[in-house]
Amino acid sequence: MSEAQDFKYIGQRTIRPDGHDKVTGRANYAADLTLPGMIWGKILRSPHAHAVINSIDTSKAEEDPEVFAVMTHADIPNQTASGVQNILAKDKVFYHGHAVAAVAAVTESAAERALGLIEVDYKILKPVMSIDEAISNDSPLLHDDLFTKGMAEDPAVPSNISSRNELSKGDLEVGFAEAEVIVEREFRTATVHQGYIEPHACTVRYDEDGQSMIWCSTQGHFAVRATTASMLGIEQTNLNVIASEIGGGFGGKLPIYLEPVALVLSKKSGRPIKMQMDRNEVFMASGPGSATRNWVKIGAKKDGTITAMKAKLCYEAGWAPGSSPLGPACMTVFTPYDVDHQYVEGYEVVVNKARCAAYRAPGAPQSEYACEMVINELADELGIDPIDLRLKNVAKEGTQTMYGPKLKAVGLVECLEAAKSSEQYKTALKDNQGRGVASGFWFNVGGESSVVINMNEDGTGTIVEGSPDIGGSRASMQMMAAEELQMPVEAFSAIIGDTQNLPYSNPTGGSRTTFATGMAVVEAAADVVSQLKERAAATWNVVPEHVDWKNGAAINTKGEGVLTAAEICGSAAKTGGHISGRGNISARGASPSFAVHLADIEVDPDTGKTTVLRYTAIQDAGKAIHPSYVEGQYQGGSAQGIGWALNEEYVYNEDGRLENPGFLDYRIPLASDLPMIDTIIVEVPNSFHPFGVRGIGETGIIPPLAACGTAVSKAIGIRMSELPMSPPKILKAIHDAS
Amino acid sequence: MAKTHVTTTINGDLKEFLCEPGDTLLQVLRDELGLTGTKEGCGSGDCGACSVLINDRLVCSCLVLGVETNGDVIETVEGIGDSDKLHVIQEKFLEHAALQCGICTPGLVVSTKALLEENPNPTEEEARYYLAGNLCRCTGYDKIIKAVLDAAETMRESA
Amino acid sequence: MTRPEYSSDMTTQVIFSSELQRVTGVRETNVEAEDYRSLVSEITDRYKELMATDIMDMSVAINGEIITEPMLEKISPGSEVHFLYRIEGG
Repeated sequence: MSEAQDFKYIGQRTIRPDGHDKVTGRANYAADLTLPGMIWGKILRSPHAHAVINSIDTSKAEEDPEVFAVMTHADIPNQTASGVQNILAKDKVFYHGHAVAAVAAVTESAAERALGLIEVDYKILKPVMSIDEAISNDSPLLHDDLFTKGMAEDPAVPSNISSRNELSKGDLEVGFAEAEVIVEREFRTATVHQGYIEPHACTVRYDEDGQSMIWCSTQGHFAVRATTASMLGIEQTNLNVIASEIGGGFGGKLPIYLEPVALVLSKKSGRPIKMQMDRNEVFMASGPGSATRNWVKIGAKKDGTITAMKAKLCYEAGWAPGSSPLGPACMTVFTPYDVDHQYVEGYEVVVNKARCAAYRAPGAPQSEYACEMVINELADELGIDPIDLRLKNVAKEGTQTMYGPKLKAVGLVECLEAAKSSEQYKTALKDNQGRGVASGFWFNVGGESSVVINMNEDGTGTIVEGSPDIGGSRASMQMMAAEELQMPVEAFSAIIGDTQNLPYSNPTGGSRTTFATGMAVVEAAADVVSQLKERAAATWNVVPEHVDWKNGAAINTKGEGVLTAAEICGSAAKTGGHISGRGNISARGASPSFAVHLADIEVDPDTGKTTVLRYTAIQDAGKAIHPSYVEGQYQGGSAQGIGWALNEEYVYNEDGRLENPGFLDYRIPLASDLPMIDTIIVEVPNSFHPFGVRGIGETGIIPPLAACGTAVSKAIGIRMSELPMSPPKILKAIHDAS
Repeated sequence: MAKTHVTTTINGDLKEFLCEPGDTLLQVLRDELGLTGTKEGCGSGDCGACSVLINDRLVCSCLVLGVETNGDVIETVEGIGDSDKLHVIQEKFLEHAALQCGICTPGLVVSTKALLEENPNPTEEEARYYLAGNLCRCTGYDKIIKAVLDAAETMRESA
Repeated sequence: MTRPEYSSDMTTQVIFSSELQRVTGVRETNVEAEDYRSLVSEITDRYKELMATDIMDMSVAINGEIITEPMLEKISPGSEVHFLYRIEGG
C-alpha cells in the first residue's frame, strides 16, 4: 500500500449498525432464544478435583416424571473425538467441576433437582494443584501415559510435565560475558479467568432427518459445527450453527462445552433443549488462563546495551496436556528487544484444574510480565530512564526475532516516544505512589475468512461475514466496504452469517477480524465493483476497461455517461442477473502490534489497598478503521490486565476445590476501581493490508501486568514478584520488610 | 408446587403472571414474559446485568422473587426510550462507543437512568461509585463514564 | 552446527527453529525450490529424520510474511523461510 492514503470513511467514528438493538435490549444473546416445546438441560459436575469414576447410576433420575433424558460420556456417539473427555468425563475426573452427566427436564429447576438423583461412586485421589507439586518427584500422576514431549531423549517414565519448548538465537555465554550488570528474578502468576459477563449458553434442536440447529454464543460457530458434528457422527451439512450475539469471550468462547451435550439430550428427548451455565459453573469449568512460574535473567553493559536475555518458563495446562499457550509464551517473551543473544526454554505441566483456554494474547502476558519487570529493575540498577533503556534496545524493522523471521516495519519506537512525551509521564508523583512502564508484543493472526456482499435492487448492499462480532466489528466491515465501493457507510448493513450461509471462517480471535475478515470484505467489495463495471460496460456497449468506478458510480471514459450503483443494480436482471461479490480468503501478512503502557499507582501502607491514579495505553494500530473501537480495545485490555495484576486469582482449598467461583470473590475491576484510561493510537501501516490494518485486540492486556507490578513495587519500595499484588500480599511484603 | 398469581405494571403495561415461590423476577421477566433485554450474568447480585427499577428503586432482578412484586411498578430496559426515538442515555452510549459486546449495556442503561434521576449532576467519582454494581469486562469503563456524564449534561440542558 | 551446504543468492535460505535443529543438526540450509511443496520435499530428502508431517503442521514465514496455509506458495529466489509454531489467538 502507498504511504499516506486519503480515506473518506475509514477513520470516522460512525454509529455501529448493531448499536440500537444493544442499547434497547433487543439484541439476542445465547440465553435469549426459546423454541416451542423446549425443555432444559443441566450438567452434573464433579465435587472432587481428582478421582476415578467407579460407577454412575442414573436410574433414579431416569424414572423421575419431570425428566426427559439423562446422559453420560457413554452416550456420546463418537468416543474418540477430540476434546470429548472435557465435554463429559470418561472414567476419571480431573478437576472440581468436571462434567460427569447431564439431564434434560421440563424446567431448569427440575433439571437441577434431578441432578441430585444421579449417583456417582468416586475413588478420590490426591489432587495436584500447583506447578511445584506437579514437578515434584512424589507427585501423583494425572495421566500414567504422559511422557514429556520435546526432550532430547524420550523419557522412560511418565510425569506431569507434558512438553518442553526451546528457542534461541546467538550465544548466551558470549552475551553474558559482555554484561556488566546482570539482573535475574523469578515471578509467579495465578490462575485467572477471562471473566466475560455472559455465561455459556445454547438452544438446540435435533432433527431426525433434516437440519439440526444450534443457537449459541461462540467466537467461532464453524468450529462449534465441526466439533459437534464430529462428536455426534453427523454430516456438517445436517447441522446449522447460528452465532447469537456474544457477551464477551476473550478466548474463553473458543472451546466447546455445552453444545454436543445439548444436541444428544435433544436427540434422546425429542425436544429442543436450552442449557446455560450458571456463574459458578463458568468459573469452575470454563476458561482459565494458565498459572505460571517464570524466571528471567538479563545482562547489560553500563551504557544500557542489553547483551543477553535468558528465560525459563513454566505454564500450567490445566488437566489436559497441550492446553497451555506455552509456544506463544516462548515466542513473545523477548520480542520487544533487539538483542543478539537470547534463549528461552519452556515447560508445560498438567494440574487438577479446568483445561486452560486461550485468554487474550494467550501466553504473552505472563512471560512478558517477567521480562518487563526485569527490564525495569535493570533500568534502576543502571540509573537509566526505563523508556530510554527500551529505546536503546528497541525492536524495529529488520530486528531478527528469536522465533523466526525478521520484523517488518513496526511501531514500538513511536509508542515509546509517545509514552515519553505523554502528559502522564511528566506528572510528578507523591509519597506512596509509584510509576511503571512496560512494553507488549503480540503477533496477531490471519487465517480463513469468508464474506459475501449481496447487492440489493436499490443499490444498497448486505455484508454477510463469518466472524462473530464481539466488539463492534460490523461497523468496521461497513466502513471498509464503503471505502472500497466509495459509497456511504449507511448503504451497507452487516450481518453474521450462519454456517449454512457461508463457507468456513476461522473464529473471532487472534486479533484477526478487522485484519483478515476486513481483507475478505475488501476482496468481496472489489468483486462487486468489477461486476458493476462490467454491467455498466454492457449497458454502454463498451469494454469494462473503459469504465471507471468513482464516488459510487460507473463512469464511461470513452463517452458520456454515469450510472450509479442503484441504477446498475436496479436493472441487473437485464444485464445478467443480480450481483453479489465474494471474498473467501486465507489471509496472510498479519503483522504485530506493539504497545507501551504507563501506570501510576498509590498504595495505602496501612491496608495494602492500591489505587490506580493514572493510566495511559499507547499502541500501534497500523491503521485505525474505527478509532473509538480501537481505543475501546486498548482500554478494555488495560482494565483486564490491571485486574490480573492487582486482584484476580483462583483460590483453591487443600482438596483442590475452587473457593471463589463468583464475581463477589473473583473480583474483576469495577467502575470505581479505575481512572479514565488515556489512549494514544500510533499508526505505522501494515504493508500487507490494503488499508494498513494490524490486529489490535490482544496486545493491550500484556503491558499492564508489569506496568502495575512495577508501580506497586516503587510505591512501597519493595520489589514484588508474585501476581496478583492484592492488598494482603502487599501488606505482608511491607510487614516482612520492616 | 402451587403457583402464585401476581399483578404488576411493567413498562406501563398491566402484566399478570403465575410464578412458583422460588422464581426470581429475572426468571419471570425472561422466561415467562419474554422480556429478554434484562440479562443474567451471575444470578447472585454481583454483576448488575439484570438491573431493573421497582417503584423507581434500582435493584438486581435476580435478587427479587417474582411473588414479591405484586402491585409493583417495574421498569426494564425495554421501557426506556420511545419506539421511534432512543433515550438520551442510549444515544450517548452509542455516540461514545460505550459498549463492545453489549451484554452489560441494558443493565447500565437502567442504572444510569436511576443515577441521573437521583443526581442530575454527578461528578465522575459519584458516577463511578453509583455504577460500581454494573460489571463491564470489555470497555474499562472509560467510555461508559464519559457517556453517562455527557448524557447528564444533555439532560440538564433540556430539563 | 555445520555450515550451510549451498550458498547462492539464487537459492532460498531455510532457517530451522531450535527444535527442528535437533533433527536437522543445522541452523540453516539453502535449497532451490520454486514453491513450498518442493521446498518441503527437498529438505525432508536432505534430512531423513525430518518428517514432512513435522513441518506441514507449522506455519511458515516467507520473507517475514507469516502464512498459515503455505502449501501452494510460490517462492522467489533469494527468499528467507522460517518454520513457526502455529499461533492461535484469544
